[in-house]
Amino acid sequence: MENVKKTALYDLHVKYGGKIIEFCGWALPTQYEGGGINAEHEAVRTAAGMFDVSHMGEVEVKGKEAEKFINYLVPNDITVLEPNQVLYTQFCYPHGGTVDDLLVYKYTNEDYLLVINAANVDKDYAWIVENSKGFDVSLKNISPEVSEIALQGPNAEKILQKLTDTDLAQVKFFYCKKDVNIGGASCLISRTGYTGEDGFEIYTSNEDVSAVWEKLMEAGKDLGIKPAGLGCRDTLRFEVALPLYGNELGEDISPLEAGLGYFVKLDKEADFIGKEALKKQKAEGLKRKLVGLELKGKGIARHECEVYSGDKKVGFVTTGYQSPSTGKVVALAIVDTEYTEMGTQLEIQIRKNRVPAEVVAKKFYNKSYKK
Amino acid sequence: MSKIVQGLYYTTHHDWVKVDGNKAYVGATDYAQHALGDIVYVELPEVGEEFGVEDAYGVIESVKAASDAYAPLSGKIVEVNSELEDAPESINEAPYEKWLVAIEMSDASELEKLMDASAYEDFCNKEA
Repeated sequence: MENVKKTALYDLHVKYGGKIIEFCGWALPTQYEGGGINAEHEAVRTAAGMFDVSHMGEVEVKGKEAEKFINYLVPNDITVLEPNQVLYTQFCYPHGGTVDDLLVYKYTNEDYLLVINAANVDKDYAWIVENSKGFDVSLKNISPEVSEIALQGPNAEKILQKLTDTDLAQVKFFYCKKDVNIGGASCLISRTGYTGEDGFEIYTSNEDVSAVWEKLMEAGKDLGIKPAGLGCRDTLRFEVALPLYGNELGEDISPLEAGLGYFVKLDKEADFIGKEALKKQKAEGLKRKLVGLELKGKGIARHECEVYSGDKKVGFVTTGYQSPSTGKVVALAIVDTEYTEMGTQLEIQIRKNRVPAEVVAKKFYNKSYKK
Repeated sequence: MSKIVQGLYYTTHHDWVKVDGNKAYVGATDYAQHALGDIVYVELPEVGEEFGVEDAYGVIESVKAASDAYAPLSGKIVEVNSELEDAPESINEAPYEKWLVAIEMSDASELEKLMDASAYEDFCNKEA
């Protein structure tokens, strides 16, 4: 693993028996000793799990035209945000495909933080800079200076509350709070996450993050906290149909095709990159879209498995697992629209076999956010 | 440290082989099940199929990924452990009890190319 970056929490991953792999150029744990992906998944659903997500990217956008600029970059409408509110959205190409998906943190009309995917930091930052011409904004990629922990699960609030005087009940779903003192460290926290459970994302300095992690481990000892790796991060987000860039979203997959139309405000007044293409896509009717599939035969459908109706290839799997929470073998797939009605019988090519599958709701497990 | 059982043969793919007459029972080692993680599905061949050394005869899938299972010896499949279809996770629990297939060996001298327990232990230490 040469040229692989280590997060500030690397030594703690080793301490907790993390099985380290290379992921997006970072050395990160897929799972930890004494658990396994299913046990960590279960901990997040029933108690709490803690993820190192320091590999994520952060970009500051400040200036008189910060709001106007971001509103031009993304299909969602950021003008409706209150201070300290967080918004999920995407960057799109002019043709409607997706550059990345991201969270927008609004502090004031002139001060925002964009949180982007690790694999896309360089690409995204270049995209942001390139499209900022003519806007009165200043940009800074602060990714190298920021560490991030995601604390997720029904006990997340109880655990975090032990370490801070800030009343966490006041931090509502998809809101953030700056300068929160967590066990002596200054942190940005938000009630957001990527598991379908209640929880917080905690941003702090590289210097302080290890102390925060250890204090959370201690505070959560009696509340079932477990360090959780990339493996269950993927199974958790998959079960509640949260998209992953490179799987459900990509340069060739628009947010509308990925079923994220709710986050695409085609009627917003401002122009945004991709608006014309997305409008056209919607007006003409989507040719394909994301569905859930439940396998009716033996096998596990993985990313890129082909989907068939009879001899006709009608789509491809974007993510597939045996769902740890339900035990069912399910998949998300992009499928031609005429085959997306609930109950449609299709087949998935898994190695040399065609395995029958049925179109089902793509939320395989119900989210339990605290709103 | 992964468990290694004396008296078995081992392969570089982290399979164990137990010889019973002209039959060789094949399974995944403790090292293999640790490396794979939670096993959720096993795809096995049909009885009667024939494989050469290093041919992929089946697939073991963990939560994250699918891994091919390779034949340690050439020969014909004479038994498959169909119990694993309903309980693939039992490989995680007892790797040395849960054989995958039994192969009727076509050339028993191929056993000489496999590792014994101590050679396999050295091999695992080098991998780790």
